[in-house]
Amino acid sequence: MSGIIKSSIARKVAMALSALFLLVFLLQHFIINFSSVCSEDTFNELSHFMGTNPFIQYLMQPILIFGVVFHFVMGFILEARNNSARSVKYVKYNGGANSSWMSRNMIFSGIVILAFLGLHFYDFWFPEIAHKYIHALPEDPGRYYGEMVVKFHDPIRVGLYCLAFVFLALHLLHGFSSAFQSVGFNNKYTPAVKKLGKAYAIIIPLGFIFIALFHYFNSL
Amino acid sequence: MNLTLKIWRQKNANAKGAMETYQVENISPDSSFLEMLDILNDQLINEGKEPVAFDHDCREGICGMCSLQINGEPHGPGRGITTCQLHMRKFKDGDTIFIEPFRAKAFPVIKDLVVDRSAFDRIQHAGGYISVNTSGNTQDANGIPVEKHNADKAFDAATCIGCGACVAACKNASAMLFTSAKVSQFALLPQGRVEATDRVLNMVKQMDLEGFGNCTNTGACEIECPKGISLENIARMNREYLKASIK
Repeated sequence: MSGIIKSSIARKVAMALSALFLLVFLLQHFIINFSSVCSEDTFNELSHFMGTNPFIQYLMQPILIFGVVFHFVMGFILEARNNSARSVKYVKYNGGANSSWMSRNMIFSGIVILAFLGLHFYDFWFPEIAHKYIHALPEDPGRYYGEMVVKFHDPIRVGLYCLAFVFLALHLLHGFSSAFQSVGFNNKYTPAVKKLGKAYAIIIPLGFIFIALFHYFNSL
Repeated sequence: MNLTLKIWRQKNANAKGAMETYQVENISPDSSFLEMLDILNDQLINEGKEPVAFDHDCREGICGMCSLQINGEPHGPGRGITTCQLHMRKFKDGDTIFIEPFRAKAFPVIKDLVVDRSAFDRIQHAGGYISVNTSGNTQDANGIPVEKHNADKAFDAATCIGCGACVAACKNASAMLFTSAKVSQFALLPQGRVEATDRVLNMVKQMDLEGFGNCTNTGACEIECPKGISLENIARMNREYLKASIK
């Protein structure tokens, strides 16, 4: 069993499964955030549900945290192994001749996303944990919209968010279809998966950028 | 054509290598890349210098012996060809050409441009075969029905010549395209199913032991493979591995 855990394929499959889980999470996160553009009340209702539902809070949230941590840790482990597999580098390496920039630089786009997550947690997740468990404040179902939009009044923060979403798009442009390939899904539906991946990688980050800019311009 | 060549020179496996610069003149655009290196070596021998060591054998694109990372790509700028099938017309007069050995920890340099690719042999020994009774009672292979689609896919996988371009092209020096081709060519045929479980587990284990990197699905291997081995084989190997792991 330990041999399987250490195997390159098992690690890649685990990496892909965590990525597929995060893709689903990102989609639902986007849908909830987008509701803030349409209706303050809907956003508050959805956020209140996500913030108080025991299934979400005590089962899905720990799974999500594990998924995020696992994806990053495994990403760094695989990168270290891959780097050591070519100890002497080429003097001239023409990677652009046979592969996309996104596919060769997943670690860099990943590091930018990791840095963004630090800011994102500082902005939303830590205050939420403090609200609930440290200060133990009473639940106010109408607080979420106001807490969210105030963060998008700062143009520097909005700029950082937009930049991070560009890197998220670059990460997803390779990552979406790559996750399917890693779990062994390569068949007549693969061209459709690649198209879906491109659409997802462009629409979702662009949507997040739109939401951030919408709330920023609304605050002016 | 007059060309400047920047070539990796390394006395032996333990020596520290470096790029050295050479000039070659009056090279015919119709000569092959290896013939151009032959001309350079004649020149070096006449000057009393050590010729450049490089691998080659059949010189017709089937043995998988020639290697070389040329201008940052395995087998040079062409597609679906080995270095011996690369012609000088792919370059321009006055070009500077970088020539390096295939780089991977699992492919140590023996001398100059020659690398030790026996890691591939060890992966093959770990399971890239079928056990056939050769006592005289062996069933005629043609008597076993094989679905045409699978036969074609198995044949495609079997065209891998084990040159190592996939490893050289991959930014992670991964050998998954090679290993998956060898796994696939048997996994798709009824004769290969008998030992399919042990085969994929043992070959992947050996691949990892050799120190190759992980596949990150950049697709560089598929593009640079002289035989056009498809990434589909890697997906199949991953499925085979998962199936074998839970058995």
